[in-house]
Amino acid sequence: MATVTIRNLVKRYREAEVLHGINLDIADGEFVVLVGPSGCGKSTTLRMIAGLEDISGGEVLIGDRVVNQLEPKERNIAMVFQNYAIYPHMTIYKNISFGLRTARLPAAEKDRRIRAVAEQLELTPYLDRKPGQLSGGQRQRVAIGRAIIRDPAVFLFDEPLSNLDAQLRAQTRLEIKKLHQRLGSTIIFVTHDQVEAMTLADRIVIMRDGHIQQIGTPTEVYDHPANTFVARFIGSPSMNLLPGAVTADGGLALDGNGPIAHPAARGLAPGSRVLLGVRADDLRVQSHTGATDKAPGLQLSGRVSVVEPLGPDMLVYLDAGLDAGTQQVIAKADTRQTLRPGDEVTLTAAPETLHLFDEQSGKAVAV
Amino acid sequence: MTVPVIGEGEARVEQLGMAAVTILVGVFGCIGYFFVSNLILDRIYPASGPQAGRNINRAGAIRPWLFLMPALALLGVYLVYPVFVSVWLSFHDARGETFVGADNYVWLINDAKFRESMWNNLMWLVFVPAASTFLGLVAAAVTDRIRWGNFAKAMIFMPMAISFVGAAVIWKLIYEYRPDGQEQIGVLNAVWTAMGGQAQTWLTLPGVNSFFLMIVLVWIQTGFAMVILSAALRGIPEETIEASILDGASPLQIFFKIKVPQIWGTILVVWTTITITVLKVFDIVLTMTNGQWGTQVLANLMYDWMFRGNDTGRASTAAIIIMLMVTPIMIWNIRNAAKETR
Repeated sequence: MATVTIRNLVKRYREAEVLHGINLDIADGEFVVLVGPSGCGKSTTLRMIAGLEDISGGEVLIGDRVVNQLEPKERNIAMVFQNYAIYPHMTIYKNISFGLRTARLPAAEKDRRIRAVAEQLELTPYLDRKPGQLSGGQRQRVAIGRAIIRDPAVFLFDEPLSNLDAQLRAQTRLEIKKLHQRLGSTIIFVTHDQVEAMTLADRIVIMRDGHIQQIGTPTEVYDHPANTFVARFIGSPSMNLLPGAVTADGGLALDGNGPIAHPAARGLAPGSRVLLGVRADDLRVQSHTGATDKAPGLQLSGRVSVVEPLGPDMLVYLDAGLDAGTQQVIAKADTRQTLRPGDEVTLTAAPETLHLFDEQSGKAVAV
Repeated sequence: MTVPVIGEGEARVEQLGMAAVTILVGVFGCIGYFFVSNLILDRIYPASGPQAGRNINRAGAIRPWLFLMPALALLGVYLVYPVFVSVWLSFHDARGETFVGADNYVWLINDAKFRESMWNNLMWLVFVPAASTFLGLVAAAVTDRIRWGNFAKAMIFMPMAISFVGAAVIWKLIYEYRPDGQEQIGVLNAVWTAMGGQAQTWLTLPGVNSFFLMIVLVWIQTGFAMVILSAALRGIPEETIEASILDGASPLQIFFKIKVPQIWGTILVVWTTITITVLKVFDIVLTMTNGQWGTQVLANLMYDWMFRGNDTGRASTAAIIIMLMVTPIMIWNIRNAAKETR
């Protein structure tokens, strides 16, 4: 077990810089998820920690040791790959034991460890089989077993669930979380799936174009996104972002809609362009138009365009801002509500659920 | 190519014309056959009318056979028929007239030249596929790691484009011998004498001269092995190699424990494919030694009896022996290749 420290990490391929000096401190035993769209540098970061990519600039420390110049095998890490990367020509037993073959252990002790790991991962019946005879989920467990057996200081996971079907993905996700709770080791996990990030992580690192956008616990990044990118990326469906401007009296006027009171707007110069963020879950759909009670917060009128039932609730796509140009807004509604395409409705949201971003920089405006 | 040869010009033009006509007739004849036969089939079973569905199914069942027919007919005439005739001839006398039972086979087994050929073929069989596959594998692994690897690959592959006879002539010049006192024009003797050795007639040295012939085939087949194995090496999932790096494997261990086992099937296919070529080896021996000085092989033995001995019985018997040796390897090879592509 060990801490991992990343200082001003830079990756360049010839002229192109793909990672622009990122900093990250990972505590001992912490489960950190790097998440972002493809090409954001998350996998590159992981591979540099593993030693599979050269470090162009900055430092990687595992424990208090700078590992920049160390061979992968000297870094005391283990990695699980997206395509399992188990050796197709070896039995499961051989696959798991391969990383142990240089360890100075008596043969009986090695065998005992291999069987213990196989038992943990429910692979005992398959030890004599070849990977080709195993299902995707079982293969991924073999890959995890191969990582556990070496008892590494840090586990690295590179999109390990992407090749599994939805049901198996949820199941394996749970197993990885249990594994972390049992072993208590440091885990760095890369994914492009924000649901995986939210469910697994102690802390999430959201990356984009070689920069870190935000670091925080799942609740922090969900409740207080640092910018519009994080706001859109975390949470499903994406947060609605409605353009508007700060009014002379310190309120907020959405384009094509009436003014609303928003405390954060007071700090901004009148006329500043802003984006008002509101999650689908925080919007209430009221199936009648016109001004309701003058409650504080957001009030929007709109017309239902599409309804997607999800079971417990449903997603309602609306064309809002009827006066000037329409804006698509997504809201969640109770399935008991009868909503049909074309219905005129009013959307409301409580003031504390609203987020405010600077339109130009995309950065959150502090409340 | 136009080669101006005085006096023979007209004959050459005529030859070229014949070649052009043959190509045109061949290519357009094929296209015409497929087009016309297809058209007729569609007339017989039109895909319309009250029985359209039944007609489409019937035409669909017949069409593959229609298209296969020319190939099947040609294979029958030039491959299947000769096999049966060869078997028949091997039980008859030199002129193919009188039935002689197993006489030819009895003679063959007791023939010293046949035993020499069998022994030599066995040596070829062991040495050439092993050397070609091994060198090809090394070349594939090494050329993938160096910057001028593609150039090296092109150089190693080049001999594949040279005919066996051409290659044999090139190597005959390399082994060329000039008596003492004259300048050695053969590369091997030039190097050998420069190092203080006595000039040798390499191709007559008993025991080792066969190996000088085998090197020619190794030189040709290494390129083939390299190309196939290089493709196979590139097909290995990169992640398994990275995983083994993290597991602490050294480059040599990665090659022998991770890479080679994963392409083992391909290695076997390459090995057996070269083995089949080796069993049929003929041109190189005919061109370089014509089977003299203890270098005879089965195919050349067959050729000798057919065209020099004018004995169809004995020649056919030798041919049958070659076929019996090649067939099992071929079947195994085809099965293995089919398994690989599955």
